[in-house]
Amino acid sequence: MAMQKVINNKAWFLVPPVLLTVAFSAVIPLMTVVNYSVQDTFGNNQFFWNGVGWYEELLSPSTELGGRFFDALWRNLLFSAIILAVEIPLGIAVALSMPRHGWPVATCLVIMAMPLLIPWNVVGTIWQVFSRGDIGLLGWMINHIGIDYNYTQGPTSAWFTIIVMDVWHWTSLVALLCYAGLKSIPEAYYQAARIDGASRWAVFRMIQLPKMRRVLIIAVLLRFMDSFMIYTEPFVVTGGGPGNSTTFLSIDLVKLALGQFDLGKAAAMSIVYNLMILAVCWVFYTVMLNLDTDRRA
Amino acid sequence: MDHIAWMAWTWQTGIFFAVLVAGLTAMTLLALRRPEPEKRGALGILTRRGDRLFISLLGGAFLHLLWLGLFGADLLLIASALSLFVATAIFRWV
Repeated sequence: MAMQKVINNKAWFLVPPVLLTVAFSAVIPLMTVVNYSVQDTFGNNQFFWNGVGWYEELLSPSTELGGRFFDALWRNLLFSAIILAVEIPLGIAVALSMPRHGWPVATCLVIMAMPLLIPWNVVGTIWQVFSRGDIGLLGWMINHIGIDYNYTQGPTSAWFTIIVMDVWHWTSLVALLCYAGLKSIPEAYYQAARIDGASRWAVFRMIQLPKMRRVLIIAVLLRFMDSFMIYTEPFVVTGGGPGNSTTFLSIDLVKLALGQFDLGKAAAMSIVYNLMILAVCWVFYTVMLNLDTDRRA
Repeated sequence: MDHIAWMAWTWQTGIFFAVLVAGLTAMTLLALRRPEPEKRGALGILTRRGDRLFISLLGGAFLHLLWLGLFGADLLLIASALSLFVATAIFRWV
């Protein structure tokens, strides 16, 4: 590709501050984690070489470390799958039923944006109180219609609470993204569909869904990553319990690193966790990039 | 060296990161001196050299983890050899 344009290289001066920030906030800590992951320590900043020992233990389900890692991993994948299966269709449905013109638009947008503005730990606290059987409206009501519900004792109740909480917290994000996609469809498309006598389903399938494809991919990416790395809300509501039933990867990691102070094991787990996230990010990034080039072609 | 003692360096990880940084620097210089167009390979996605290096490194990491999980730490060098082989294939065909 021959470029005839003169390129102004002054913008490169804006890169060093970013590099420096990233070095201190990400690269140096990550290097340290890699160093920890091949060593064992008993505190006092004394380290002993352990090679790939922690990784081997982590990846073998028969060991204590491997067992809890794979348990937390499957749990986390199940959680991500469930919230995606609920939030994506629900978000689309909400976006489709939102008003398109006039003052109701602003009202809707503000109401939808509210859960997104609440800090994670506050969301956790809200739902922890809301779901209590004695003073919480939700918990009290479920118990009074005759269903045994107690998120501190029943794993099913705990999962139900955390999933409903996540849906409450994040469906708006999916809905707002989809709404943005819907707003970009020119009125002429709908007129053409009306002239053709297209059904409501056909309009959705042939006009609205294709136009929402890009934002939906972004929504799936964001919601998957967020739910795969979820920590604060389940930590506040259930603390990973009852037992280990809601101990997701990051909660397990913190238990391992800060609870048991097993820095070597925790570091190996962090690296594997990080590699999985990196791989998923790359897949989504590539898919999005190729969507773009396919359209241009 | 006292001020980086908290980072718990070992010579092995030191070499690992040195090779990584050298690789990235070499690729950056190469991209500046000899820019190449994107090409579409076996995966059907557009890639440049840098993308192929990234895929190779990530794939290599997962190959090593898979080997560790399936066969343990003995003969881990076979996983390294496999990674090199896969990397060559990725640079050639992806």
